[in-house]
Amino acid sequence: MVRVELPHPLRALAGIGGEVEFEVAAPVTTGRVLDALEARYPMLCGTVRDHDSGARRAYVRFYACGEDLSHDPPDVPLPAAVAEGREPFLIIGAISGGC
Amino acid sequence: MSSVRLLVGTRKGAFILTADGKRKNWHIEGPHFPGWPVYHLKGSPANPNRIYASQTSDWFGQVIQRSDDGGKTWMQPGTPPGEAAATGPGGMPRGESNKFVYDTSDATGKPLTTHQWYDGTQHPWEFKRVWHLEPVPGNPDHVYAGVEDAALFQSRDGGKTWQELSGLRGHGTGPQWTPGAGGMGLHSIVLDPADPRRIFIAISAAGAFRSLDGGATWQAINRGLRSQYIPDPNAEVGHCVHHICMHPARPQTLFMQKHWDVLRTDDAGDNWREISGNLPTDFGFVVDVHAHEPETVYVVPIKSDSEHYPLDGKLRVYRSRSGGNDWQEMGRGLPERDCYVNVLRDAMSVDRLDACGIYFGTTGGQVYASPDGGENWQAIVHDLPAVLSVEAQTLP
Repeated sequence: MVRVELPHPLRALAGIGGEVEFEVAAPVTTGRVLDALEARYPMLCGTVRDHDSGARRAYVRFYACGEDLSHDPPDVPLPAAVAEGREPFLIIGAISGGC
Repeated sequence: MSSVRLLVGTRKGAFILTADGKRKNWHIEGPHFPGWPVYHLKGSPANPNRIYASQTSDWFGQVIQRSDDGGKTWMQPGTPPGEAAATGPGGMPRGESNKFVYDTSDATGKPLTTHQWYDGTQHPWEFKRVWHLEPVPGNPDHVYAGVEDAALFQSRDGGKTWQELSGLRGHGTGPQWTPGAGGMGLHSIVLDPADPRRIFIAISAAGAFRSLDGGATWQAINRGLRSQYIPDPNAEVGHCVHHICMHPARPQTLFMQKHWDVLRTDDAGDNWREISGNLPTDFGFVVDVHAHEPETVYVVPIKSDSEHYPLDGKLRVYRSRSGGNDWQEMGRGLPERDCYVNVLRDAMSVDRLDACGIYFGTTGGQVYASPDGGENWQAIVHDLPAVLSVEAQTLP
């Protein structure tokens, strides 16, 4: 079971109270986690990855196990601790100032 | 007794303001979609309880919201639970209502992949947000969306799916379009109530355009516009049009607030002429027409393109009852001093009660109302987030 934490605006959009958990087939990669997330919460399509290109949106970051995984290719396996549910996969709205 | 509902989009959510026909005591509800910029909301003329909203974020992209009960509850039309029409792999809905993809198909000639960038180079078209939603008068499921980077989309299924009307980008001048300081947005969509195939739109910074065939083909309609900030002040395109509007009974006449200059056309855009007249400054963003007097026009003069606030700190609406040139200052009830807000392009609207109500919102979070055509004003609310848009609905 993979655990995913979403930023507050996306939790509000999806009607999620806290962390979400779901099964992801091995190998567990960023792409597969996001596929499963969007399948379960279709209103999140386009909010983490661009609708058209599928690329990570510029102000969204992926963290896990104290590492920034944002720039890893989407088909690279995630750390075992994430795949096994011991650590959450964090989807972060980047701190980028503004108002 | 009739009532009025104001749909207010702000930098941090949407608000719905309601009052009876006296328009004195207002009920304020919100924020809807708290924390998210809501660029625009608009109700269907055919079904006022059908409201579309553009919820958008630099972080998380575009979300189209729809209400079928006058704003009490909201849903994303492409993703209601159990709706099979929009299912993807695994039988799950796919969030199609938020998907705006530029047409690059062979069938439409792969219209344009680039426009002019700030440095003069060509730059790919990139979808950023929906600036304006315009429901079609006779059909609550048919709605147009003006987007940044500039393009026109439509949905014929209540906002579930969106298709580009790519003839606009592809008509020929697209490579010359350039973003304004606020981006390259298609911000004005004006539908001719007498001819549903005739559509007017305006883009910053490209100009105004007209279609006579329901959006399939387009032509630039900027003759008479003069803009000193572009190399050829009389160019066919490149003008920073801020807003256009029409009185439904006079579909040949449009009014325009340009970056500088207020203009009108009486031949559906073939020729424009300046009507700034005695305005203290003809820079501004909003322009609107009285509900029952097609020659009564309203603007809010802003000091200049480098100082986006009222002259001398006095917030003023100017009204012309002669279709322009002769303008009257309307300030009773508006701030007399120390007011340095802006009024953005979609932030003025009128109701259709016998005594026409005029409304506008400011970047300081105030929404002002005049229940008597501009003679007297009051602030309905003082402290909302910066107001991006105001739309008035007149309810039976």
